[in-house]
Amino acid sequence: MKKRPGVVAGYAMKQLFRKPATIKYPQGDLVIEHNYRGKLSYNPANCIGCNLCVRDCPADALEIINVGTKENKAFECHLSLGHCVFCGQCVDSCKKGCLALTPNIELAGLKKADFKMKL
Amino acid sequence: MNSKRITIPMGPQHPSLKEPSCFTITLEGEKVVNAVVGVGYNHRGLEKASEMRTYIQDLYIIERVCGICSHTHSTAFCQAIEELAGVVIPPRAAYIRVIMAELERLHSHLLWLGIAGHEIGFDTLLMYSWRDREQVLDILAMLGGNRVNYGINTLGGVRRDLEPHMVDDIRQVLNYLEEQDKYYIDLALRETTLAARLGGVGRLSHEDAIKYGAVGPVARSSGVHTDTRVDEPYAAYSEMPVNVITDNHCDVFGRTVVRVLEIMDSIGIIRYALENIPDGEIKVNMPRKIPAGEMLSRTEAPRGEDVHYVRSNGTDKPDRVRVRAASEANWHGMAHMLEGDYLADVPIIIAAIDPCYSCTDRAFVLSDGNGGEQVWDWQRLRQYSLDFYRKRGVDASKLKIAKQ
Repeated sequence: MKKRPGVVAGYAMKQLFRKPATIKYPQGDLVIEHNYRGKLSYNPANCIGCNLCVRDCPADALEIINVGTKENKAFECHLSLGHCVFCGQCVDSCKKGCLALTPNIELAGLKKADFKMKL
Repeated sequence: MNSKRITIPMGPQHPSLKEPSCFTITLEGEKVVNAVVGVGYNHRGLEKASEMRTYIQDLYIIERVCGICSHTHSTAFCQAIEELAGVVIPPRAAYIRVIMAELERLHSHLLWLGIAGHEIGFDTLLMYSWRDREQVLDILAMLGGNRVNYGINTLGGVRRDLEPHMVDDIRQVLNYLEEQDKYYIDLALRETTLAARLGGVGRLSHEDAIKYGAVGPVARSSGVHTDTRVDEPYAAYSEMPVNVITDNHCDVFGRTVVRVLEIMDSIGIIRYALENIPDGEIKVNMPRKIPAGEMLSRTEAPRGEDVHYVRSNGTDKPDRVRVRAASEANWHGMAHMLEGDYLADVPIIIAAIDPCYSCTDRAFVLSDGNGGEQVWDWQRLRQYSLDFYRKRGVDASKLKIAKQ
């Protein structure tokens, strides 16, 4: 194989006519896969309050609270976004399919208090 | 002290890569005569953190040992626990683990190629290889749901299946990367400026690579035929066409050649795995409590061999977890590689082992060699750290640690 300088030159010239590899953000089109692990969503309809999701959360970011009575249970899910590592283990642990991950990744906020939320 | 010699500290702020470590380098003129490697600025206590959580929670801590080799670390950890529990993962899960591991190798080597280009003032290469790396990261995000910590492994298999449309997308990216890698191989083997810049820099002979216990591409570029995928096949590697790529240059140039050729080899392995992936389940049930015992598990990360040790006491939490990341093995030869080279070569020699600082940092106490056990509690560790900084003119005792 013959060694020579400037192997990169021809290829570099070709790149001048390529489309940019970057996209404009936030103005441009950001493509996020439908199965991306973004913000958690919670559907309390089927929740039985087993707390398996809370037990398996590696970051201690979840809390399931019974706001109803002992007979008529009503559950609420409280998430601390600052602690959540978006692993999705809670979704795997939930036997009733109450939790799901959404492709929502635009979660920045100005106040620390905003990160503690009721789902 | 010889007045002609000068000692300069490189770091701890970003000595070559964007991570903390301090290299104390003694120079005679422009030449390095002595180098002391100082790592330990980024200790995270992840082994202890793992011991305080359940096996399922540990998966996500272990995955975060390294930002680049995240899948390989979690594979090693899962393997150890599956072996302890006597569980065999389904063949489809083993294939998916291999596909993820090889995609990870692709993105790690492309990342390294860009960094190496940056360190030698060849930023065009940085732009090209990182542009190509984005394609791999998009594929990984599609498969696992995240660009870096894919979270694909779980105890007893994998969490997400490979869907038919994903296979087509992966094949498309592989075709593109194959073309690109042909160019990188051409560049590494034919471009004289690259060979002149990297040749003879950071030499580590075959004997020294064995003596210092080098692993991964660093060892293979010194002619050491070592690869855990072949030496001790795990997941589905026993069925894969893995070629161990070695080189005899024993320098940074050799490490570049090994890595660009390994990219091509990984593309071949992924294609083979996609062709031959069996149908079936992707996960088997695992008990929450793992039977008592101990297990050592080895995997081949892009940077070399990862070793995980797990000791179980029969509960749902491990009794002891030990993680030996690949960079930890490659640090030992670093001082030897630096000595005799010019100061201007130091950044590229450090970058050439593809180091990962925070993966390697563990707390340890140097004893006087008389044996005996020492246990340091939190208060004593804190006091030691305060005294350490006070000696260097920083009083950190007023700092308050936030409680969660």
